[in-house]
Amino acid sequence: MNLKIVARDAGKTYPSMAGPVPAIEGFDLEVREGEFVCLVGPSGCGKSTFLRILAGLDTLSSGEARIVPGPDPRKPLNNVVFQEYAVFPWKTVRDNVAFGLQMRGMPRGERERVVEAWLVKVGLKRFADYYPSQISGGMKQRVSIARALANDPEVLLMDEPLGALDAQTRAVLQEELLRLWEETHKTVLYVTHSIDEAVLLGDRVVIMTAHPGTKKAEFEVDLPRPRDISTTATARFAALTGAIWEALRDEVHRAMEEQR
Amino acid sequence: MSAVRGGAGGAAAGGGAAAAGPAQGGAGGARPGGPAPRSERGAWVLPLAAMVALAALASLFGWWERFWWGLLAVEFVLLVFTAEAFDHRLPFRLRTPYQRVLAWAFPLVMLATWEWLARSGILNPRWFPPPTATLRALWDLTVSFDRFSETSLIGRPWLIPARLMETGWAGVAALFAESHVWATLSRVLVGFALGALPGVLVGIVMGLNRTVRTMLDATMSAIYVLPKIAIFPILMLVFPDPFGEGPKITVVAISAFFLVALSTMAGVQGIDPVLVQAGKNFGANRFQMFRHVILPGALPIVFNGLRLALGTALIVIVAVEFVRAKTGVGYLVYYHWQVLSTPKMYAALLVVMALGVGLTALLQAIERRVMPWRR
Repeated sequence: MNLKIVARDAGKTYPSMAGPVPAIEGFDLEVREGEFVCLVGPSGCGKSTFLRILAGLDTLSSGEARIVPGPDPRKPLNNVVFQEYAVFPWKTVRDNVAFGLQMRGMPRGERERVVEAWLVKVGLKRFADYYPSQISGGMKQRVSIARALANDPEVLLMDEPLGALDAQTRAVLQEELLRLWEETHKTVLYVTHSIDEAVLLGDRVVIMTAHPGTKKAEFEVDLPRPRDISTTATARFAALTGAIWEALRDEVHRAMEEQR
Repeated sequence: MSAVRGGAGGAAAGGGAAAAGPAQGGAGGARPGGPAPRSERGAWVLPLAAMVALAALASLFGWWERFWWGLLAVEFVLLVFTAEAFDHRLPFRLRTPYQRVLAWAFPLVMLATWEWLARSGILNPRWFPPPTATLRALWDLTVSFDRFSETSLIGRPWLIPARLMETGWAGVAALFAESHVWATLSRVLVGFALGALPGVLVGIVMGLNRTVRTMLDATMSAIYVLPKIAIFPILMLVFPDPFGEGPKITVVAISAFFLVALSTMAGVQGIDPVLVQAGKNFGANRFQMFRHVILPGALPIVFNGLRLALGTALIVIVAVEFVRAKTGVGYLVYYHWQVLSTPKMYAALLVVMALGVGLTALLQAIERRVMPWRR
């Protein structure tokens, strides 16, 4: 299988008055094409930073982290689904979903067809002409996901996309993500602090250490697909989340100590 | 604790509640501890009766002459009690219409009071002419034409049909051009446009570029607080015709510029950084970023600045017309003050208010069109 994301000995330090502060150190990661990898770690471990570096919104201090381009040069390398949705309040749902395509200069007719199809897929057809202020948080995140998927990037980067939602909306969107991934088989790097979410969604879960972040452990999630919320009731699911918590517990404690 | 006291008050009524709530006993009187029973809240007859009684007594004993200010204050408070109690009594569906009526009726009541005070001589009608006199003066101003200066208030609209026959729309435009309203309006609009457009551009650059911002911010903020009218004499020296339109328009433009520039800068800086990141991540180039993210993101605060700048522009131009103009609404105010025809002075002030309200409404209409997402 082709590699889509490659990070080797990646490091990131931030300047401060007291000297450089390391956020990520010696982080290695490989993600194959069509793989759904979840990145889990205590808060402040640099998992979001790593994702932002891959997205080109931040730079590495040492090592390398890159997305491998595909054969089609017009295809964007990555698109991000942000935790804060980051949908444009001044654009309608339709125009938000069309944003990436419009920036790329896709002709109007083709753009409208693609957008229409994605609006239907994420159940936003009825809200196409609404502004974000008129729809709920869950809807906004659907817009954000549709905007990223409509742009058809090589890699989808998701930065705690469901972190700001209530538990029930979250469950609904998790199932929707599973369904969408089943349809597209996109390469996904998914940052989350929820072990349950990581095991439910991912093919593989990568655990990061507390500050400075580096890879601590890795778990293959061998739960059969297609999955849905009922998957969380299986014994295998419980065993996996238990094992991951064992690996993560110390790091969470360390992160809490440091923040005190 | 308050629930317990409320229960006791409800059961034992007046006396018992007053004993239970010592802090409220003296001041509150009508409302000892806890929420008052439904019937008490709707008692609007009492304050209304007190209002009428007070007015009658004051007239009977001739208190109005000396204590009109205090009496009006008391009457106002009683009116508030009446109106509020009445509100509580109304069925829910009538509340909104009632509020609307109240919003319109109260200013009319104030005007009626002014009318009465001025007519009965309690207020000196020379300085505070009754509103009806002001309205009459406004009518006089509207229908009169100053042969000497060849000006009128709004450009002799009764001549429009004739002019239209003779010289077409150009004649009508010429007619309007002679008016004081147009003189003020054109100065405000031209000056505002000349100041606001560069203001928006400079503000955006200052918002986006930290170096430019660091260099200009202190200077801009310092000049911003300077009353622009104070540099009017300098502007008069600079222009070849010190008494022409140049200095007047420029002073309006300068006042608008700094306000708009600083608020635009704040607007650009206030854009949620994650939206800028989203723009970048989805491949927006510089121009697209500006067009799709920066400009719409800053727009709400830009319009805030524009509204303030418009108000300031009107203030500045009226002040300039006070001292250095032969046309314009500000000139009218000042002229009629000088000849002590106060009703006409008030009439001109009314026109200034109408201009302000009209221009603000226009700007708000534009705002709604440009920012449909903010209904």
